[in-house]
Amino acid sequence: MSVMKPVREVGIVGYGAYIPRYRLAAEEISRLWRGGQDAGALPVKEKSVPGPDEDTVTMAVEAAQNALRRANVPPEAIRAVWVGSESHPYAVKPTGTLVAQALGIAPATLAADLEFACKAGSEAVQAAVALVGSGMADYALAVGMDTAQGRPGDALEYTAAAGGAAYVIGPADEAVAVLEGSYSYVTDTPDFFRRAHQHYPEHANRFTGEPAYFHHIVNAARGLMEALGLTPEDFAGAVFHQPNVKFPRKVARELGFSPDQIRAGLLVGEVGNTYAGSSLLGFSALLDEARPGDRLLLVSFGSGAGSDAMSFVVTERIEAARDRAPRTRAYVARRAPVDYATYARWRRKFTV
Amino acid sequence: MDIPRNWRLREQRYRLQGTRCTACGECHFPPRHVCPRCKGRALEPYRFAGRGTVYSYTVIYQAPEGFEQYVPYVVALVDLEEGVRVTAQLTDVDPEEVTIGMPVEMVLRKLGEEGERGLILYGYKFRPRIEGSAGGGP
Repeated sequence: MSVMKPVREVGIVGYGAYIPRYRLAAEEISRLWRGGQDAGALPVKEKSVPGPDEDTVTMAVEAAQNALRRANVPPEAIRAVWVGSESHPYAVKPTGTLVAQALGIAPATLAADLEFACKAGSEAVQAAVALVGSGMADYALAVGMDTAQGRPGDALEYTAAAGGAAYVIGPADEAVAVLEGSYSYVTDTPDFFRRAHQHYPEHANRFTGEPAYFHHIVNAARGLMEALGLTPEDFAGAVFHQPNVKFPRKVARELGFSPDQIRAGLLVGEVGNTYAGSSLLGFSALLDEARPGDRLLLVSFGSGAGSDAMSFVVTERIEAARDRAPRTRAYVARRAPVDYATYARWRRKFTV
Repeated sequence: MDIPRNWRLREQRYRLQGTRCTACGECHFPPRHVCPRCKGRALEPYRFAGRGTVYSYTVIYQAPEGFEQYVPYVVALVDLEEGVRVTAQLTDVDPEEVTIGMPVEMVLRKLGEEGERGLILYGYKFRPRIEGSAGGGP
């Protein structure tokens, strides 16, 4: 299959990250629920925890503000606000309108929320690429952001974290990174899901690996590289969706990428799995360290299941844009540990 | 508080939008209809940059209804760069870390919820300025 690419050249004009300040150590969860029995095999070191007054709306606003500052375009120029998340604060009432209002983008704009487990953010980027690429708009805002929930004591509680990133998509001649093309790969694979009105998702344990995460990422990444005539050596860096530290390392190796190529964007050990924010957040850290001319690979994964693979080439505009907003690693470094009780209180796991 | 009132306050709460007098340049928050300095009536919307310093603060342990889940939290008087003093919660800070004169920046946060079924309310709070930030919220 051929690569997907809009008729008009587009790229990332601005990008911005957000990670909450608080962290919960995986050891603390292990101590409480497993008596430390699994302390030698924890999926991450710690995960980010949203403060009691944070949710997908407030985090999306800060990441998008950072993206707008880097893009250096007036908010009114943005013609779409698409927010991908599995933790939109309302079941019915768009996150997108609130973000658009808070940033001064409203009212002459599209706004909507997307849902595709952890792929909702890259799906929003794809839609923004199409909107700008068709010439319907010059700028569109795509956000991937989550405050992920894990059932207390479940394997996912170790990693279910909060954070994400926002991207202003615009014309290629204003871009910090120009899109070369994308390739998407989806199948009906029930590895992880949450029914309506349920607080916590269900997952299929080891089934989330081979038939889900690895199958979709490998096929999306290979499909893109074949269509573009590229090999792993052509990329300066790559980001694969980060549900834990092991999976992205393993899929990188399987595809032929070196540990060095994924180092800059691998944040999951320090912040956990930020779900719809995960691959986009990692990619923002990669952009923070990128040099003009670098080719970068982004491959998301969402349960259900599917992957978007995108290839970008960094331009010299990255140098000026980078320091107009806090770097992703600055948010990683801004950390205050909390204990399980505080986490449980803030995440409203107590009935009062 | 009813839905229309919350809706009317959205620019003020989300964007720290007040007014500026086109005659004398004085900035006001919350927004005014008449300039308290020159009595001029030609005011325009003005979005504050959201950067300031803590003038004074107090720690809340006995919270009013709707704020119990945030206890203990800090309410501060913040002197904005534009010369206006606002009252707001501080966030992302432990009460013992707060000092008078501390530089802070505006962020958008949840103010509370109107029960399980009602609106989620959002508005400005302030936090210690973070590395690399241009300061100020949206």
